[in-house]
Amino acid sequence: MNADADTDLTARLTGLVDALRVHGLRVGTGETVDAARAVEVLGLADRELLREGLAATLLHGTAQRPVFDAVFDLYFPRVAGGPEGGRPADRDGLRERLAAALAADDTALMARLAAEAVDGFGGYGSSPGSDGWSSYQTLDRLRPQTLLARVRDEARGRDGAAGFGDRLLEDEIRRRIEEFRRMVAAEARRRVAQRRGRDEVARRAVAPTADRVDFLFAGKDRLAELRRTVRPLARKLATRLAARRRRAARGSIDLRRTVRGSLSTGGVPMRPVLRRRRPARPELVLLCDVSGSVSGFSDFTMLLVQALHDQFSKVRVFAFVNRVDEVTGLLVHGAADPEGLGARIRGEAALTGWHGSSDYGAALGEFTERYADAVGSRTTVFVLGDARTNMADPNLPAVRALSRRARRIHWLNPEQRSRWGTGDSAALAYAELVDMRECRNVRQLDALVGRLLPV
Amino acid sequence: MFTSVDDVSARLAETGYLASPAVATTVFLADRLGKPLLVEGPSGVGKTELAKAVARVAGARLVRLQCYEGVDESRALYEWNHAKQLLRISAGRGETWDEARTDIFGEEFLLPRPLLTAIRGDDAKVLLIDETDKADVEVEGLLLEVLSDFQVTVPELGTVTATRRPFVVLTSNATRELSEALRRRCLFLHIGFPDAELERRIVRLRVPGVDTALAESVVRVVGALRAMDLRKAPSVAETVDWARTLLALGAGTLDETVVRDTLGVILKHQDDIQKAAAKLDLDAL
Repeated sequence: MNADADTDLTARLTGLVDALRVHGLRVGTGETVDAARAVEVLGLADRELLREGLAATLLHGTAQRPVFDAVFDLYFPRVAGGPEGGRPADRDGLRERLAAALAADDTALMARLAAEAVDGFGGYGSSPGSDGWSSYQTLDRLRPQTLLARVRDEARGRDGAAGFGDRLLEDEIRRRIEEFRRMVAAEARRRVAQRRGRDEVARRAVAPTADRVDFLFAGKDRLAELRRTVRPLARKLATRLAARRRRAARGSIDLRRTVRGSLSTGGVPMRPVLRRRRPARPELVLLCDVSGSVSGFSDFTMLLVQALHDQFSKVRVFAFVNRVDEVTGLLVHGAADPEGLGARIRGEAALTGWHGSSDYGAALGEFTERYADAVGSRTTVFVLGDARTNMADPNLPAVRALSRRARRIHWLNPEQRSRWGTGDSAALAYAELVDMRECRNVRQLDALVGRLLPV
Repeated sequence: MFTSVDDVSARLAETGYLASPAVATTVFLADRLGKPLLVEGPSGVGKTELAKAVARVAGARLVRLQCYEGVDESRALYEWNHAKQLLRISAGRGETWDEARTDIFGEEFLLPRPLLTAIRGDDAKVLLIDETDKADVEVEGLLLEVLSDFQVTVPELGTVTATRRPFVVLTSNATRELSEALRRRCLFLHIGFPDAELERRIVRLRVPGVDTALAESVVRVVGALRAMDLRKAPSVAETVDWARTLLALGAGTLDETVVRDTLGVILKHQDDIQKAAAKLDLDAL
């Protein structure tokens, strides 16, 4: 390896590390050196080996892997070099070959076809293949999803329709098509990177890790991914709370009684007396906005609530849109799938009055009237919602009354702090009365919940 | 220990462990860079098995530290044999204090625990620290010295440094987030569910009597179950169990009745079984 190639490789590696850091992965210099050693040991011949080697040295967790894979594809592309160009695109022929590849589940061939497809259909701009590459345009022209029936028939014709496996076939093909779409997206990103400089593309075009996605803007599949992260979160929460309870049970030294006890040993405090702790019985009340505007957030908080339910003996959960209803009974652990939970709450509880949009003033007022007994001096109240009142009266006296009675009130707001108080948001008014915090993604939620929950 | 990544796969396969390219690459790197290997992943994908296989390949002794809540220095590192020390003191009546003191803190009275055992001696060793996430945070601090410098400090004896570095594997089920300091010292490997091809080979290796067609359909059904977002997705261990069960029942092919009757082998929650049955149309009968 000559000196030129060496510096190029080093630049590539540090560029990759920088891009990872931009996405919030903490990669130290030590890891970068390890990565370089890994490259030295593994060589550049096999790209997949290199990918695994770099992942092993640079990453610290599973959640970081999708970001790493996307960035890696940019810095160590499959084939360096431009599009071959000039060849007329043959849509039907390509679909034909794609169908065969999908039926045979041949990933290597699918990857080659993805490159060819972007080459043939993805270019846009003034002259063919000059200005940019679009995965959307490629997929729109190629329409791989319409191949489902054909691939299914082909696979059936080969293996025969009999047997139990037949009913799984459609889902399997759907997953393969999804895989192909991902390959096309990666290929288009790589080509754009070639044109615009990969550092910029790595910064903008790679999706962030799941725990940094905004609740309010998360798409459907992203929400499913978030839902999967909640389960470890609940478990983590359990261990953290257990540790805090253990520590809290030890107590501090009771000086008066220690000195009193030391009199019998001539003033030498032989046996320290610990202050006995009153066992705290924390009560939690959760008030959740489940209206459409925060649906991504509320579905998610409901899951969290379900997890909390296992940890605290006295949790009462109330949901509201413009009326309040208690939904504690609907949250029995493991009773049903979490996806349907939000829908069931909206279906079974009386949450809306005359109209379907959220009204914090009315809901909070009704809560203080009807469920006054739920909040006492030992209760910590969590309000989960965006504080958008739809121009109705925010009913600040109700919040004031609530904060006087409760031990503490925390308000978790899924909106960006800079947008509080804009439009119909009463967030700033509420924030003066209660402790309001920004809670936009899993990372923030994780940090907040661990800190705010009473032991 | 190994010459190339392919060498790793081939030699692990000889001992009955089929490694994916990711596993083989990382094991190779861990060996070459001399760094500990932190393995995470769902239960039942062969994390512990990997350490055992590496030990078999290298002809090394496997030293295992099983972590649990409350494991401490005297269980992980070393302990002084108090009873023996007392015997020594009472046997040596009439000695001066200095003689007695230097004597009772010697090698003879030291009880080495797994971490110290792995570091002392010249023979090849594989140190397996199992379920690291179950241990308390303080134990992680203990591991840092061992894993970065391969040395242990015993106040009365001095620092024991490894003459031959053991191959270290830490496993974790991610019930607790391990500290960043510990992660930094390790190579990270996530073992997920294997792809269909590899899983078929695993099933046929582990359950020799099963025929190709049945292995293939078992793996396909398990793959479909994993895509269903269940509370506990079936792991490789469950796939192998299921194949064994089917073999024992004498079922040559999968059909509705067989699958419905044996679903309990692969799924361990009642809601999961119901959900899977609904999605696989088992209730249609």
